[in-house]
Amino acid sequence: MYDVIVVGGGNAALCAALMAREAGASVLLLEASPREWRGGNSQHTRNLRCMHDAPQDVLMDAYPEDEFWEDLLKVTGGATSESLARLVIRESSVCRPWMRRHGVRFQPSLAGTLHLSRTNAFFMGGGKALINAYYRSAGNLGIAVRYDSPVERLELADGRFIAAVTGNERIEAKACVMAAGGFESNREWVREAWGQNERGEWPADNFLVRGTRFNQGVLLRDMIDQGADVIGDPTQAHCVAVDARAPLYDGGIVTRVDAVSLGVMVNREARRFYDEGEDFWPKRYAIWGRLVALQPGQIGYCIIDSRAIGRFMPPVFPGIEADTLDALAGLLGLDKGTFVHTLNEYNAACRPGTFDHTVLDDCRTEGLSPPKTHWALPIVKPPFYGFALRPGITFTYLGLKTDEQARVYFKGSPSDNLFVAGEMMAGNVLGKGYTAGVGMSIGTAFGRIAGRQAAAATQGGKVHADA
Amino acid sequence: MPTLEALVRSAEAEVSRQMQICNACRYCESFCAVFPAMARRLEFGAADAHYLANLCHNCGACLHACQYAPPHEFAINVPQAMAAVRQETYVEYAWPSSLGALYRRNGLVLAVATALGLSLFLALLLASRGTLWHPPLAGNFYAIFPHGLLVWMFGAAFGWAVLALFLGAVRFWRLQSPGPTTRSAGLEATRHALALTYLDGGHGEGCNESSDRFTLWRRRFHHLTFYGFLLCFASTCVATLYHYALAEPAPYPVTSVPVLLGTLGGVGLLVGPAGLLWLNLRRHPLHGDPRQRPMDRGFIALLFLTSLTGLALLALRDTGAMALLLAVHLGTVMALFITLPYSKFAHATYRTAALLKWAIERRQPGRLQLGAD
Repeated sequence: MYDVIVVGGGNAALCAALMAREAGASVLLLEASPREWRGGNSQHTRNLRCMHDAPQDVLMDAYPEDEFWEDLLKVTGGATSESLARLVIRESSVCRPWMRRHGVRFQPSLAGTLHLSRTNAFFMGGGKALINAYYRSAGNLGIAVRYDSPVERLELADGRFIAAVTGNERIEAKACVMAAGGFESNREWVREAWGQNERGEWPADNFLVRGTRFNQGVLLRDMIDQGADVIGDPTQAHCVAVDARAPLYDGGIVTRVDAVSLGVMVNREARRFYDEGEDFWPKRYAIWGRLVALQPGQIGYCIIDSRAIGRFMPPVFPGIEADTLDALAGLLGLDKGTFVHTLNEYNAACRPGTFDHTVLDDCRTEGLSPPKTHWALPIVKPPFYGFALRPGITFTYLGLKTDEQARVYFKGSPSDNLFVAGEMMAGNVLGKGYTAGVGMSIGTAFGRIAGRQAAAATQGGKVHADA
Repeated sequence: MPTLEALVRSAEAEVSRQMQICNACRYCESFCAVFPAMARRLEFGAADAHYLANLCHNCGACLHACQYAPPHEFAINVPQAMAAVRQETYVEYAWPSSLGALYRRNGLVLAVATALGLSLFLALLLASRGTLWHPPLAGNFYAIFPHGLLVWMFGAAFGWAVLALFLGAVRFWRLQSPGPTTRSAGLEATRHALALTYLDGGHGEGCNESSDRFTLWRRRFHHLTFYGFLLCFASTCVATLYHYALAEPAPYPVTSVPVLLGTLGGVGLLVGPAGLLWLNLRRHPLHGDPRQRPMDRGFIALLFLTSLTGLALLALRDTGAMALLLAVHLGTVMALFITLPYSKFAHATYRTAALLKWAIERRQPGRLQLGAD
């Protein structure tokens, strides 16, 4: 019998498995996906938000605990737990040497992400390289890894873990860490959570999933059914506007279209619906998924002219191109009259200013509703480009309630051998909103805690010193 | 059958398609020079594809790290796409152009060249002496083949190879000239070429072979091969000096400079290619372009044979088998020389040219001002 079973195969699961193994436990990791799709959403990540008090290898200046906490408080609007959040923040300042020991390599922030050079440590080669390194290390340490092994349910007795059931197999262990992701890939569940809107639409039918197809939420559902304490709102998710041509799953980072603040966004009725220049794009990109989800047909169209080309990260799919606004409307399937009217109205409202995409400049509209408050240049220089955008879900926030020891709760009482990490509990720290790299900070912190605690639970509760 | 031109276009179009996706991701930018060079561009025409393809060292790091690698529907496999274009570089920029077609069946070409080289020298041997065996001649090669004849034959073959490689590189350079070469750019490119910097994975742990694990063995074996080749070449140069400047014709004693250089180089050229072949046979199935394996392995085998026959000749030069071994060695070397501009060897010139282009290009201010994402 294994000491510890880890359910899941992404960053949090691997951190847990490695920590438990280092603490002396024998570990079996059950990954739902085949080997080539291993790693869950972690394969699409690229960095870790890190607290640090002085410049480090790839991190500039300092990012002290309180500033990190303030940022988290701001993006969540208070939907967080200060004690758990500060735990994550402190852990983020000490975990990188351990990550390096397991083969993770860091690099300075990527070109075009200078705004993250102080706060985020980038993985060399991205999240899949990190995942590969952890799996190699797991192999070296003798952790048993099984792919194609989705866990359908856990056998519990009075809140104690007894066995995991995968396929026709029942596998017992002394302790268990659940790190099997959210439910964002489960179309039915997301559909049900978002429900029907006032137009009679099921908005979630038009959502794309930016990450893995394997986050079906099976284990999360099983835990809810077995009475585990839950935290978070099922409609809350990290949701970005992505190119409508993106694949249903695993579109990852490239399907984002970073041109929104350089042009205008219109809906299916060819009307604008939100201030495209409200703030810097890195601070606003994560609101546009939800904004588009609220529009009819859950679709939006980003319209730019040729002056914007070369000013934003190149898109993965080329824009629809036309020499006149009229023709562009035709190609996008929008009502030509309304579209041209919307654009003319916008162009006429643009006040002269000095365009500068690196500051909140003075190019804005006047007398327009909704306004565009920065970077408002008339869209007049052909060719014109249009990108159809849909809501793209990164991950869901509904999860299991937990504590500083990553324990799962049943009716207010903690389990002594069942632990949770990663997306399955991220909602404890991140009730809503998002800031780059914090998902990996939570996954790494709670993965490591859960692994340590699970090993301790098999050894009479004695927690080894931090590896 | 698709036409040749369509095949070429499709290899370049595939690099263009993949770079469009990579350019929106950029996670790999620290692995090597390909990705920073990519990030300076928004579109990838044929010239860009050839440049980036030859900058790629086929280390495999970006394939294993790729969230869009097969079975993902984006099917990103940069090392493979680049390898396919490199093949087209060799075909298109070979001089004279008509001989570029030799890359289409390169394994066959090397085999035929070796057969012809061996036949030529065996025939010369039989014509001059009437027998393959002879009483020991104390290592006096020129008793078999006159020195003047060898100088003329190998001088012509080598001169042709240098000329053809040079003209190929010039044409490749002109395809997309990055501007004037500066001293620092030249030094940097030389350093990267001689040190094989981009086989270190960007973190110094090496490249990928059979899995996502990193190893420095390809770099080590390549160094043995390359520097072994250089030492053998240096041995020949020193021997030429001895012959003409010091009027000391071969054979040279075992402790002489030419023999020491040749032996050392020969060992490198034995171990290096053997190691490269061993790695090549174990490469991950998605690495590189499988259609080019005959070209890769044929060239490796020819290098190995060159060294093996050379060392055998040295070992047995005082016996009655010297003439036979000499003919075999010279035939092999002739096959190697005559195919230098039409074998895998040509990768060295295009790779070096691409490294120099990058060293120049990266010193210039970027033309793009991409907003932060």
